[in-house]
Amino acid sequence: MNRFLLPLSIFIVVVVFLGIGLKLNPREIPSPLVGKAAPDFSQPQLFEPTKVFSPGDMKGKVWLLNFWASWCSGCKTEHPVLMDLAKSGEVPIYGMDYKDQRDEAMTWLSRWGNPYPVVGVDDAGRVGINYGVYGVPETYVIDKQGVIRYKQIGPLDPDTVEKKIIPLVKQLEAQ
Amino acid sequence: MIPEIGHFALILALCVAVVQGILPIYGAAVGNSALMAVAKPAARGQFLLVLTAFGCLAYAFAEKDFSVLYVAATSNSQLPLHYRLAAIWGAHEGSLLLWTLILTIWMFAVTLFSTHLPESTRSRILGVMGLVSIGFLLFMLTVSNPFERLIPAAAEGRDLNPLLQDPGMVIHPPMLYMGYVGFSVAFAFAIAALLGGNLDAAWARWSRPWTTVAWCFLTVGIAMGSGWAYYELGWGGWWFWDPVENASFMPWLAGTALVHSLAVTDKRGGFKVWTVLLAIMAFSLSLLGTFLVRSGVLTSVHAFATDPKRGMFILAFLAIVIGGSLALYAWRAPRVGLGGSFASVSREGMLLANNVLLVAAMGSVLLGTLYPLFLDALDLGKISVGPPYFDSVFVPLMAPAIFLMGIGPLAQWKKASLPDLAKRLKWAFGVSVVTAITLPIVMGNWTPLLSLGLLLAIWILTTGLVSLRERLTHVAGNNLMERLASVPRSYWGMQVAHCGIAVFIVGVTMVKGFETEKDVRMNVGETATIGDYMFRFDGAQDVVGPNYTAARGNFSVSRDGRETTVLYPEKRRYTAQNQIMTEAAIDPGLLRDLYVSLGEPLDDGAWSVRLYHKPFVDWIWGGCFIMALGGVLAISDRRYRIAWRREEPAVSASTRAARRKVA
Repeated sequence: MNRFLLPLSIFIVVVVFLGIGLKLNPREIPSPLVGKAAPDFSQPQLFEPTKVFSPGDMKGKVWLLNFWASWCSGCKTEHPVLMDLAKSGEVPIYGMDYKDQRDEAMTWLSRWGNPYPVVGVDDAGRVGINYGVYGVPETYVIDKQGVIRYKQIGPLDPDTVEKKIIPLVKQLEAQ
Repeated sequence: MIPEIGHFALILALCVAVVQGILPIYGAAVGNSALMAVAKPAARGQFLLVLTAFGCLAYAFAEKDFSVLYVAATSNSQLPLHYRLAAIWGAHEGSLLLWTLILTIWMFAVTLFSTHLPESTRSRILGVMGLVSIGFLLFMLTVSNPFERLIPAAAEGRDLNPLLQDPGMVIHPPMLYMGYVGFSVAFAFAIAALLGGNLDAAWARWSRPWTTVAWCFLTVGIAMGSGWAYYELGWGGWWFWDPVENASFMPWLAGTALVHSLAVTDKRGGFKVWTVLLAIMAFSLSLLGTFLVRSGVLTSVHAFATDPKRGMFILAFLAIVIGGSLALYAWRAPRVGLGGSFASVSREGMLLANNVLLVAAMGSVLLGTLYPLFLDALDLGKISVGPPYFDSVFVPLMAPAIFLMGIGPLAQWKKASLPDLAKRLKWAFGVSVVTAITLPIVMGNWTPLLSLGLLLAIWILTTGLVSLRERLTHVAGNNLMERLASVPRSYWGMQVAHCGIAVFIVGVTMVKGFETEKDVRMNVGETATIGDYMFRFDGAQDVVGPNYTAARGNFSVSRDGRETTVLYPEKRRYTAQNQIMTEAAIDPGLLRDLYVSLGEPLDDGAWSVRLYHKPFVDWIWGGCFIMALGGVLAISDRRYRIAWRREEPAVSASTRAARRKVA
């Protein structure tokens, strides 16, 4: 192939992707894990590394599991939404600090506020692999039996929380 | 009425742009000088029309005309006048107008300083710029009209985003846009040369000063943006690798490569094809960057989707401008030829290696920036690519580039000898290595990155000195002062710009290696110590600003018992949008910054407080300004001044023809 065509070819690929990006709403992606039991884990806690955090502790409760990291800009966008949701007391949000430095994560939380009663540490990203995390932030709604009911890829926004998360949580709690 | 005049001026400007984009290019193709002569008045007319539109929008902001939707959305009656005027570029529509205004300013400049160009070249250049401007004017008039009315008028405006209410924000976007859009001149030169088929050294000589000026503006613009993030975002960082910053950094990398590649084309006639490609790339990335930022496609995917028409327009425009020019490149470039040959160890060889490294760095930033978007498009979810990626690809690419930067200016053109270079540089190398290893040990914190940073910075300085000494033995002059004065300014420009890089690296390295920060809870009267400095918190008072209320902390800073300064960080609440902003207080210094910002109020008048001691942080921006200063020195070189002066009594084509007849 003519090497002078190379820049044009690269550009065409970029344009095609930008074009597809225009049409898609990337947050509505079905996850194979929805409807299945949440994978088990047992991870050290961020603030008390001697204690562990495990989904088994949450049996009988509806809760959210939020993967985040201090290096992730989407998490900063999402953060005020999580703070509001935590304050409303509708549903507890548990954090999973994904591939992060412990001290940076703690600084981040003390700087912006901590919406989580407990934060687990997934520094190697193993829990993330089991949950099929593409990237942070991601949020899972888990029901009383420990089954994943909903997965949010990307930052939560007030609209999604109000129209999807809270109605779903109420419905699951009534069961 | 005034906004309608502005709107009408934009429509007229579009008509003029269409004429300017078509007739002169066609005229140059068929050799019709009457058609080519349209370019100059059309460009000047377009400038006046866009200036009128801009003035009308400025008037609407100054007069608080909330019947204009854009004014109501981005300003407020309590907003001071200077911020109301800066609010013109506070959001999407106005930024586009500023972009277009600056494009026409550059066009106007081209009409002023292009009397020495052949008429066909000049009309092609102005024609290409006219075509670019059609896109922007059309975009504004169809889907982003800044003059759209709001009926009935709003009683009060929604106010400018408090983050943007800052002196830095008044000047930063125009600087950045001057840089972005300035690359349109080099781009237009390149397209004109491809169209005309005359890619010669003269073409590079004409493009060089334009490119350098644009590069200077972009450098200063990026530095100001980074400085703004440092003091305004309140957590002391100066670069976050977020998509908006990357959007400005990618054209800078391509532009830096272009500046160097143009030097080779100018001096040696080599790299022609590569230079053209870089010129297209620099401007394409400016366009891509402007749109990525303005459309919000990366920071928030929804912003792009909410107005699908806007997104489609952007994409179509990008496809036509960039796709069209790359297609032209693919068609015409094979015929250009490669220029003079050179050995791999030669100044050309090193400049080429540096260029490739810069472009690779640019490519990796582009990949990191667009990767989340690619995954989105492939249904793989939304992710965030963070600083770990950028830091780990950027340093390994830049370190060899900077090493070569020291050697390049000492190597001969065409063919250099490696043993000879090694002999000339052995002292510089020795001094750099020894200093880089011992200095951190002396300062008490040795890390590999710290040593590497210092090594590169000292390497630039020592090789610069070697180069200067060799240069001085070759120039005429009886004493040192005379010799220094006879070194051309373009050489000084290069050395100063390279020193700017060294200063920048020192800043980055020292901040990374030695900064200290502390998050503390402070009661009134309590002290905290960081570095050699003791901070005493003397309480916080409520203060009222023009459009905000604030709590202002009072910190006295002392060192060895002597008071150094008093700092007043603020926590502001902007009333119109009820938004909280942190205003850090900074005591800047040549060797360190002291930085205090207020966190949250706690009980009993205590506050959570963040204190930073940042050694050498101002060198980061200082380095950028020194780089830009180097650029300014380079374009003030004698040969450009002579060129301008010689052409100044503008010789029109007809008098030239008349003279020829007389002769």
